[in-house]
Amino acid sequence: MENTIVKAENYNAYFGDNHVVKDVNISINKNEVIAVMGPSGCGKTTFLRGINRMHELIPNATAKGKILLEGENVYDMNAIYVRAKIGMVFQRPNPFPNLSIYENVVAGYLLNGIKVSKADKDVIVERSLTSAALWKEVKDSLHKKGTFLSGGQQQRLCIARAIAMQPELILFDEPTSALDPISTSSVEALFHELKENYTLIIVTHNMQQAARVSDRTAFFYMGELVEFDDTKQMFTNPADQRTQNYITGRFS
Amino acid sequence: MEAKIGFRNTKSIIFKGIVVFFAFLITLPLIIILLYIIKQGASQVNWHFLTNVPAPVGETGGGILNALWGSFLMVLMASVVAIPVGMLAGIYLSENPRTKLAKYSGLCVDILQGVPSIVVGIVVYFWIVKPLGTFSAMSGSIALAMMMLPIVIRSTEQTLLLLPESLKEAALSLGVPYHRVIIKVVIPCGFAGILSGITLSIARVIGETAPLLFTAFGNPYLSSAVTKPMESLPHLIFTYATSPYDEWHNLAWGASFILLMFVLILNIVTKVLTRKWKIQL
Amino acid sequence: MSIILVLIILGVLTTLIIESMPSIKALGIGYLWGKVWDPVQNIYGAYPFLIGTLLTSFIALIISIPFSYAIAIYLGEYNPKGWLSDLLKNTVELIAAVPSIIYGFWGLFVLVPLVREFEGKIHVLPYGIGIFTASIILAVMIIPYGASLGITLIRMVPSPLKEGAYALGATRFEVIRNVIMPYTRSGLFAGILLSLGRALGETMAVTMLIGNTSAVPTSIFAPGNTMASVIANEFTEADHTEYLSALIELGLVLFLVTVVINLIGRRIITRFTNN
Repeated sequence: MENTIVKAENYNAYFGDNHVVKDVNISINKNEVIAVMGPSGCGKTTFLRGINRMHELIPNATAKGKILLEGENVYDMNAIYVRAKIGMVFQRPNPFPNLSIYENVVAGYLLNGIKVSKADKDVIVERSLTSAALWKEVKDSLHKKGTFLSGGQQQRLCIARAIAMQPELILFDEPTSALDPISTSSVEALFHELKENYTLIIVTHNMQQAARVSDRTAFFYMGELVEFDDTKQMFTNPADQRTQNYITGRFS
Repeated sequence: MEAKIGFRNTKSIIFKGIVVFFAFLITLPLIIILLYIIKQGASQVNWHFLTNVPAPVGETGGGILNALWGSFLMVLMASVVAIPVGMLAGIYLSENPRTKLAKYSGLCVDILQGVPSIVVGIVVYFWIVKPLGTFSAMSGSIALAMMMLPIVIRSTEQTLLLLPESLKEAALSLGVPYHRVIIKVVIPCGFAGILSGITLSIARVIGETAPLLFTAFGNPYLSSAVTKPMESLPHLIFTYATSPYDEWHNLAWGASFILLMFVLILNIVTKVLTRKWKIQL
Repeated sequence: MSIILVLIILGVLTTLIIESMPSIKALGIGYLWGKVWDPVQNIYGAYPFLIGTLLTSFIALIISIPFSYAIAIYLGEYNPKGWLSDLLKNTVELIAAVPSIIYGFWGLFVLVPLVREFEGKIHVLPYGIGIFTASIILAVMIIPYGASLGITLIRMVPSPLKEGAYALGATRFEVIRNVIMPYTRSGLFAGILLSLGRALGETMAVTMLIGNTSAVPTSIFAPGNTMASVIANEFTEADHTEYLSALIELGLVLFLVTVVINLIGRRIITRFTNN
């Protein structure tokens, strides 16, 4: 129990009357890589956005149930605080076009108006970019705009931006779906390293990716959490027929 | 059949010819007007012209300092009012497009954009000039601000709607509160677009005469008092152009030249900004 | 902040209504077709200005339509990209940017003598200034409004529609006449409405060129007055309540008419772009 970082209890999410996440119960351990997969529209992204309360930003979106972050319900906490504590990386790389690479990494501090000394910022930038395996590529152009980087570099910059806030948990919403294969592999390689210090939840529609990068996999279907198990176990011997159908490609 | 195709092709070519002719013919009046103003006006402009107030009838020399200064002051004051209000309203409209207030104020923006400038003059006369009992630069600025508002609002709104939603989400996911997201991310990212709206609105009102007729009125002397009448470039052109004296006409040509240059420069700046903005996206 | 806009519009409307009340009460609806405007005798009829406004605006509109359509078709269909297209487009936008007062000034010193000469040749009284002169300048000024909307609309015509017609062997002219024009008709009409709204409210250039005569114009070459120009000319001279109020009532009429025209125009455009 000590080892649990996120736990969902009877979590439900809605868009207006549309019930998109149904009674999800899941418990995720520290320093795990969790893949969340399922066909499009299955509620996986909505569930992910529920964890750091991004879901409720969409007009008409509501949620019920509990998401416990280290034992505390995020819906009892200040949403701003929850989002600052949990890192998030999006489908498309979205570095701030008005900020330099350096400023992008410390954007969480800059935009929140948190005062950090120049020396501390330098340390944060170097450490975060190193963790995101980007330091070597950009260390000579830190003060150029982030938008001139390649797609894969931009995505790793966004990961560095999330890491800089020193979260324990980082959410990835289909982080490689907008990237080319080479960039994808650079981001996937990163997941293995990040695992040492962070817990990662990765939403993906790509089964191979789930199999490659995760320790455990959650399979969502029609808003329900169908199965949550060891990745190897799930791909070789799924317990549920629906999972079986999905991984053998019988529906998409 | 083939003869008919030949005829139809000829008809098509003739039509194209007519279209091209009319489309390019319109550049003619513009070129003529520009050249004429440059020919009449450029020779009037010198240091003396820019640093002196108009000379009384019968005396030679004199300049348009009072109008330059007045236009500058009044446009500045109008901007101070219209830019913050317009940006805030534009942000509201783009962030809450579905509310009732947004619907009605959007309608009002459209209406305000179409209100004839002379009507703005009348209304501001009753709002400010009559209660204070005197024409004033302040009332002129308010009238100009009302003309600037719709342009600033629409350009802010349009620019912000073009920004990808993911940008806002990136900031929100870092735990940045909503108002800071707007100030620190949304506005800076859309800055060039908003700025182009601002320069466009200034270009538009700097040449406006009708709303100033009953508000700022005019003043042959240099004045910085906001509660007193003040001269402006377009108003000076109007009074001096319709006067019967040749020297005064020359003064008005010089002023027209300066005004036209301002408008041209502001329009070019707007163009450059919009172009830059499109590349960024 | 958005509330401010609603307040401004309501404020404009109430101010105009309250201030024109004395005239509305004294003159009633007959004000609109009273043919005499004589402040000295305290007689106020808006008919000469209504006619003046309608005449100048419609003549200007008729002159401007071939130009705005030609620009819209040329830049929307024949030549939508490239430096020549950009140049022409910027030129058209520049026409809209030149201040009204400069058109008026130029018109007064260049166009008026030309029109006077022309009037001499066709044996009408050579005023030079007058409704005709004002309309010409007005036409130039409103061309960009119809044109720029037209360009956008014509570019929105889906290319499968055009290609369908080309595949049947239609010529370019036939595609424009039978596909593009019907498709964009309502939008182009809205463009005309918006130009009309501009023309009705245009003040300075018209004031300088129309001749400022408060009589019902006898021909299109005669001097006259529009609602906007009479306000510009007489507002600061109006020395008693009824006179001032009669002028403001003109402003009220002008406001209501332009608002209605603009709203209809915009409604059509929104409907067009949503489809």
